Amino acid sequence: MKVTAEPWVGRALPRFEDEALLRGEGRFMDDIEPVPHARHAAIMRSPFAHARIESIDATAALELPGVLGILTGDEVMAMSRPFTAGVESGVPYYAAASGTARYAGEPVAVVVAESRYLAEDAAELVVVDYEPLDVEQLPIHERFFSYGAVDAAFEAADVVVRGRYDVPRWTGAPVECLGVIADWRGDALTAWANFQGPFTLHSVAAAALGLPGSKLRLITPPDSGGSFGIKSSVFVYVVLMGLASRKLGVPVRWTEDRLEHLAASAHATGRSTELEAAFAADGELLGLRYAVEEDVGAYVRAPEPATLYRMHGSLSGAYRVRNVAAHNRVLLTNRCPSGLNRGFGGPQLYFAIERTMDRAAKQLGVDPAELRRRNLVREFPYTTPSGGIYDSGDFEACLDDALELVRYDDRRAEQVAGEQIGIGIACVVEPSVSNMGYITLALTPGARAAGLPKSGNAEGCIITIGPLGGVSVRLSTTPQGQGHRTVAAQIVADRLGVDPAEIEVSGEMDTSTNAWSVASGAYSSRFSGVGAGAVAAAADKLAAKIAAIREHAGEEISLRRVAGMCHWNPESLPEGMEAGLSAVAFFSAPHLEPPDADDRVSSSASHGFIVDVAVVNVDRDTGAVRVLDYVTVHDAGRLLNPLIVDGQIKGGFAHGAAAALFERIIYDADGTLLTGTFIDYLCPTAPDLPPLTIAHRETPSSAMPLGAKGLGEGNTMSAPVAIANAVADALGTDGVELPVTPPRVWELLQQ
Amino acid sequence: MIEVRVNGRLRRGEAEPRLLLSDFLRHELGLTGTHVGCEHGVCGACTVELDGLAVRSCLTLAVQADGCEIRTVEGLEWGRLQEAFRRHHALQCGFCTPGILMAATDLLARGPVTREQVVDLLGGHLCRCTGYEPIVSAILEAAG
Amino acid sequence: MKPPPFLYERPDTLEEAASLLAEHGDDAKVLAGGQSLVPMLNFRLVRPTVLVDINRIAELGEREDGRVGATVRQRDFTGNRLVDLAMPYVGHYVTRNRGTVGGSLAHADASAELPLCLVVLGGEVSTSKGRRVAAEELFISHYTTALAADELLVDATWPEGDTVGFEEVALRHGDFALSMCACSLRVESGEIRSARVGVGAVVERPLLLELELEGAPATAETAREAGERAAALVEPPGHLHASSAYLKHLTSVVVTRALEQAL
Repeated sequence: MKVTAEPWVGRALPRFEDEALLRGEGRFMDDIEPVPHARHAAIMRSPFAHARIESIDATAALELPGVLGILTGDEVMAMSRPFTAGVESGVPYYAAASGTARYAGEPVAVVVAESRYLAEDAAELVVVDYEPLDVEQLPIHERFFSYGAVDAAFEAADVVVRGRYDVPRWTGAPVECLGVIADWRGDALTAWANFQGPFTLHSVAAAALGLPGSKLRLITPPDSGGSFGIKSSVFVYVVLMGLASRKLGVPVRWTEDRLEHLAASAHATGRSTELEAAFAADGELLGLRYAVEEDVGAYVRAPEPATLYRMHGSLSGAYRVRNVAAHNRVLLTNRCPSGLNRGFGGPQLYFAIERTMDRAAKQLGVDPAELRRRNLVREFPYTTPSGGIYDSGDFEACLDDALELVRYDDRRAEQVAGEQIGIGIACVVEPSVSNMGYITLALTPGARAAGLPKSGNAEGCIITIGPLGGVSVRLSTTPQGQGHRTVAAQIVADRLGVDPAEIEVSGEMDTSTNAWSVASGAYSSRFSGVGAGAVAAAADKLAAKIAAIREHAGEEISLRRVAGMCHWNPESLPEGMEAGLSAVAFFSAPHLEPPDADDRVSSSASHGFIVDVAVVNVDRDTGAVRVLDYVTVHDAGRLLNPLIVDGQIKGGFAHGAAAALFERIIYDADGTLLTGTFIDYLCPTAPDLPPLTIAHRETPSSAMPLGAKGLGEGNTMSAPVAIANAVADALGTDGVELPVTPPRVWELLQQ
Repeated sequence: MIEVRVNGRLRRGEAEPRLLLSDFLRHELGLTGTHVGCEHGVCGACTVELDGLAVRSCLTLAVQADGCEIRTVEGLEWGRLQEAFRRHHALQCGFCTPGILMAATDLLARGPVTREQVVDLLGGHLCRCTGYEPIVSAILEAAG
Repeated sequence: MKPPPFLYERPDTLEEAASLLAEHGDDAKVLAGGQSLVPMLNFRLVRPTVLVDINRIAELGEREDGRVGATVRQRDFTGNRLVDLAMPYVGHYVTRNRGTVGGSLAHADASAELPLCLVVLGGEVSTSKGRRVAAEELFISHYTTALAADELLVDATWPEGDTVGFEEVALRHGDFALSMCACSLRVESGEIRSARVGVGAVVERPLLLELELEGAPATAETAREAGERAAALVEPPGHLHASSAYLKHLTSVVVTRALEQAL
């Protein structure tokens, strides 16, 4: 076996994905025509946040030449079952509204025609009679958690810091919108969609359609134009278009437009957190008490209410505090259902904790960096009060690095000297690879015990070596730009001794041929842990087989010869060895037990650490915030490809900074969406984003085979609060709200 | 029926008056390298070159291009710009990339550029993956 | 998000265009660069029966010094000092490639830069009906001009300003302004002799402000006081992203800064 002097893993290798994309040869959802003559759907959506649908009259629409038919919400209800979710809300959720529409933008009918233009014309001719209703808030879930001796901690406290920390809805807004092609034939549905997992939602969709999983064949196109979590919600449209195809007897194609996307794909939850923090006079954090209200929108759409529980193992943040309580409530509102969105639960949690640390530092008269240092977790592995396992790290060293990089002491001195700047810090533990069982925390231990336990997070991979020695890798991690194909090639190259450029890696999911599990997909920053783990496991299987064949041959024969033996001459293989040269392997992350009877859960398999420091100044005339310097220090374990790593960090930071400075989904009191276009929903562009300085430590993960932790979401968690802290510091005020836009900062200055 | 010269080839296709140039290129001519991200002129993913200038194809009717010269990402020569994008990891999902390449090609054709001009150019394009800085670096490197 | 059906006409001459507009009146829309009209079509917010595409009328694309034809692209309109200051704020590089000078004027968005500049410079437009309309008379309110439905803007005349200033604050680069100010001053021996100061975005149409600057010293203090007076003269309604109080205050900031540039 050829051993390369320097492993491919760890190199900043430019990506194999890039050339096709740069030539315009990508194959995105709206580019592919996997079935001939798919017809075009337009979706009619409720203009009201809450309304009874009295009648739908499609007579005129159906007379328009080129219109094939319509599928109404009532028919959707008759042809399918409600989607299941982690908690029972009592408000059944179908792919389209039947009887009552519960958010502005909710599908009420689908019109199918020869072109999208015609389908939109026809949709305008359908007369829907709505009876508007008042908007409402329905509390549908409540749980109390307590770890350690929380009341005693508060009784012993010298200082208690209380506050309310609201995080508004925002959304990842990938530049490519959602898309589906659905082809119902006989008793089965084949659907192409730019889905990203988790494939738990494949089961949810199949159940809604009343199909066994094998009869819902879900295929993703070769390329996906970003997702950041949002495209997980396309499963709803797989069902909707599947039903339209079934009813009308033609393949149906639907490409979401931007108005539909902003109104009805998915938003991050809006969360209001009341947090009380008990401190000793010396700054020791003694206890935390959360009261959380989570707005998940009109329906509990799977995997919600997961946003609330994803970070459950990290309720204590980066700190050694042992006494933590949480009172969680979930509300249904007449808004777009929430869903996966980069950072998933992290921005909401850390906005409360890290604002609290800054406010506490002020009250205690301690420097905010110093207060954090006194409380950071020091020994690893560390088990948090709520059950999280921080596998490895050196938190204090990261803090030191960040403070040095940003010249913290100098900056503070400048501030004392009268420089109009503010400095904000955020210390963030970044989870990766979610425990598939954490969502069962939404159930009481008793209810949980009555069901089947869930745990782990498994991923699969298939590697096939063809008769000529060519290596093909099939991933089930549904990449949308994260470079999985390149990193997989690096991993396989090291293990099989081939050049990564010669390895073909496919990121296309086909549920009928890939090796996948319910956990498959691209979410919870899981690729570098379990995605890479599955690739390594499959490659190791093959490497072992190749080694055995070489040993049997008695010489170091080429891979091509080994492959030739396996394909052309299986008689020459060692006795009992199976023919062919292909391996399927699964890897499931360790230490992901089901939640225990005391509601402790290891909610993620691996935890990186980030320290961010933002330095801002505020234009007191206009309220404009300028980020002068932003330093982020990461410890994400071993870096598999530093070029891609830094790309993920820059992207995660862009989303976090956007949430800090620009982006917010706004509804008015009647539930009308006010940020329904890219004119009002303010995605930042190049001139709007601050510069970023990145540094790394590499403390290998003890949980993952390659020692790598996820890192794509951390700065989306940290940047909103780091920048908010800096603005609060600059203004000398407590009440900063996200996003800190110039008008809002100016209003703060007037107080 | 309209006739356009696209990437050097004379092409004909059906275009009712309301058909957007973006849809004409993608669905009539099969040039799917031009992407559609917002259809209201903000994201820039659909940018193509029309008679030598980068324009939004979602804000142009196909009939307006009748008799014109069009260049799309498929018609760009592979060169310094693309190499620089790869080296700087200036694309992740790659969906916004064709539009940015077309705009950058327009800018670079006008002579030497400053960082400020590149950043200003990118003010008209949304990229949700990269945070833009690698794109700025790549275009500046290609500018020499 | 696809446009509704419409008929399409592409006249080659001004006369043909004028007669098409006369024939269709309110049911017709003039298509120039399309950077504002086509999004509205895609949103189905406007539903013309006929689009009259004026891009191939040769004379509309001509420019002669300060006289700029309606379909001259924004990118090609350089050389006027005030416009040169304002143009980087007009949309984006790529939309300026296609967007036209006349289209921006005729569209009359109250937060657009070019209408404000034309008003401050004391320019005028000429129309297909042979009328000459002063900029101050042209803009009536948001999206409304003094042009008749069957009247085409043919060109605009852009005088050079004296010493000019332009300042705008928007939420993002290239967005419509929250507030903006353009000014043109004549300063002699440290004293302001004449001043044209206009604001946009916080008013229904680009508005010249009477700030009584003539005779004032050309100092930062004058600029600051003028900003305060300007703010008192506008009553902007609040909107999604900014309160009325903020927009009013911001107007004092942009006026002060624009004047400081010019001084």
